[in-house]
Amino acid sequence: MTDMADIVIDQDGSIARVRVTGRLTLAGLGNVADRLDALALSPAQIDLSGVERMDTVGAWVIQRFVERTGAKIVGAHPDAQRLIALVHATERDVRVRHEPPFAPLRVINEIGEAAILAWQTLLGLVAFFGSVVIASWDLIRSPRRIRVNAVVHRFELVGVKALGIIGLMSFLIGIVIAQQGAVQLQQFGAEVLTVNLIGRITTRELGVLMTAIMVAGRSGSAFAAQLGTMKLTEEIDAMRTIGVSPMEALVLPRMLASIIMMPLLGFYATLISIIGGGLFCWISLEIPPVTFVQRLQEVIPLTDLWVGLLKAPVFGGIIAMTGCFQGLQVSGNAEEVGLKTTAAVVQAIFLVIVLDAFFAVFFTQIGWI
Amino acid sequence: MDLHHPIAIRIRGVTNSFGDQVIHQDLDLDVRNGEILGVVGGSGTGKSVLMRTIIGLQQPRHGEIEIFGEPMLGADAETQLDLRRRWGVMFQGGALFSTLTVAENIQVPLREFYPNIGPQLLDEIAAYKVIMAGLPANAGPKYPSELSGGMKKRAGLARALALDPQLLFLDEPTAGLDPIAAAAFDELTQNLCRTLGLTVFLITHDLDTLHAICDRVAVLADQKVVAVGTIPELLASDHPWIQAYFNGPRGRAASAAVASHPAKES
Repeated sequence: MTDMADIVIDQDGSIARVRVTGRLTLAGLGNVADRLDALALSPAQIDLSGVERMDTVGAWVIQRFVERTGAKIVGAHPDAQRLIALVHATERDVRVRHEPPFAPLRVINEIGEAAILAWQTLLGLVAFFGSVVIASWDLIRSPRRIRVNAVVHRFELVGVKALGIIGLMSFLIGIVIAQQGAVQLQQFGAEVLTVNLIGRITTRELGVLMTAIMVAGRSGSAFAAQLGTMKLTEEIDAMRTIGVSPMEALVLPRMLASIIMMPLLGFYATLISIIGGGLFCWISLEIPPVTFVQRLQEVIPLTDLWVGLLKAPVFGGIIAMTGCFQGLQVSGNAEEVGLKTTAAVVQAIFLVIVLDAFFAVFFTQIGWI
Repeated sequence: MDLHHPIAIRIRGVTNSFGDQVIHQDLDLDVRNGEILGVVGGSGTGKSVLMRTIIGLQQPRHGEIEIFGEPMLGADAETQLDLRRRWGVMFQGGALFSTLTVAENIQVPLREFYPNIGPQLLDEIAAYKVIMAGLPANAGPKYPSELSGGMKKRAGLARALALDPQLLFLDEPTAGLDPIAAAAFDELTQNLCRTLGLTVFLITHDLDTLHAICDRVAVLADQKVVAVGTIPELLASDHPWIQAYFNGPRGRAASAAVASHPAKES
């Protein structure tokens, strides 16, 4: 192996000379660039006769030094001269990165951009909702265009395949509610009211709400990522040119599947939660199953079930819509798919919880307490 | 490693297969130091697979590959790493990192192999490589999605040249470019090859590129290299694919174009 590059400074009377030796390449450069930069004196000559090999990086370092100090190059090999000429020719005022703006301005800028983005997202979502309604109306008028296969396939992905995880989650939530409720109610000697707590909170709220959050995480994200990737690979443009409406082929089947599957999954989740809670009551509070079911029948009005099941399709629609909307907003690069998928899930869960609050007030107002 | 070794890449008896499908059978090829070797062949003859085999992305069934006299297959990790910084690869689609700017793309191999380079010098290197690859001066801070097809190719070339390699692999550099951009790219490749003393392994379908800049052409067919030589030498071959390729209507047009405008060869 040959030597690393090195510099030697000769002071011959008044004339200073810098001698460079060794391999002036990317691998052999070492700290020579920094040392040349740090050199205080301005030598008259830079001697390259000791250089064994040079690449464009070495040539660039020499060229930069010559430009700064005005030294004359001596003893350069023809190859080295050629490389130095090459890098000299490429010297241009090149911007490598955008200038970072003044920090306080940047903060204001970012706040402004976030506000504009939020406003545009809201408008976009409303517009998207509008086009979904129009497309649905078209489909209702000619129901033969409904893509039954696609919808059924989504049923499987959104509904059937989620049964396991949603069941497990609901079962555990049922147990947790029963356990926490029992501990508190025992202090008043009212542990028998645990049955009321489990029955009402799961049918009215938690069954559907937790299912919606799970479906947003499972299917909402999947919709965004699928559509986003299809957008990147120009599949959606290809669809349009063939005359297939992406709204009809991609968005509506997903919406339909979510709207139909959410009440079913929500009902299932409610049932499993009650079973989980009932099991806890049986084991821990010694309320036998027969008594538990009997009490349930007494304390849960039928309206509670309607409160839960009426919300579910709305949540399903919201989740599918944000997922598809964000997926179709993807443009540019792969990172965008990730960003939009995150946005889809966050917005879906946020909207679901906001709507749930409105529903709670609404149902109470109409007397379904 | 001897960088003045007369044979830059030496391939002997390489066999590649995917399942039952044999791509290469006992393939031999030499790439001479300092030449531009064009590699041609019909679709599916394994041009890209051959390139991937040389740069170690594909493990052949058996065979030997030497880079500058150094065996590549079965070499220890350190030797392989040392070999890797000797070459630059430009993939067909550019394969730029989409979340990094052009300048950052160029800096990735530099940071990876030489973490001690200061940020100032790193920026300067990226800046002159941008110009050297024929990109406009404002291309540095742009993201790949903001570039046109031709500019993506040039950015890919700039990244391939980041480490000042001795060996350059180009996979269909002019595919998808308009004829003017393709000719400009050919000229750029040739200039860089001459001034930097590069050896170029160039996969192409572009007959104009073959005529304009390739010193020799290797023809892949029947699972091996059926002929290597200058274009006149290949024309003398009676292999049916070579005849169909160079004497087809497009082949004739390309050679006529070169004959009427004697090459700007130095």
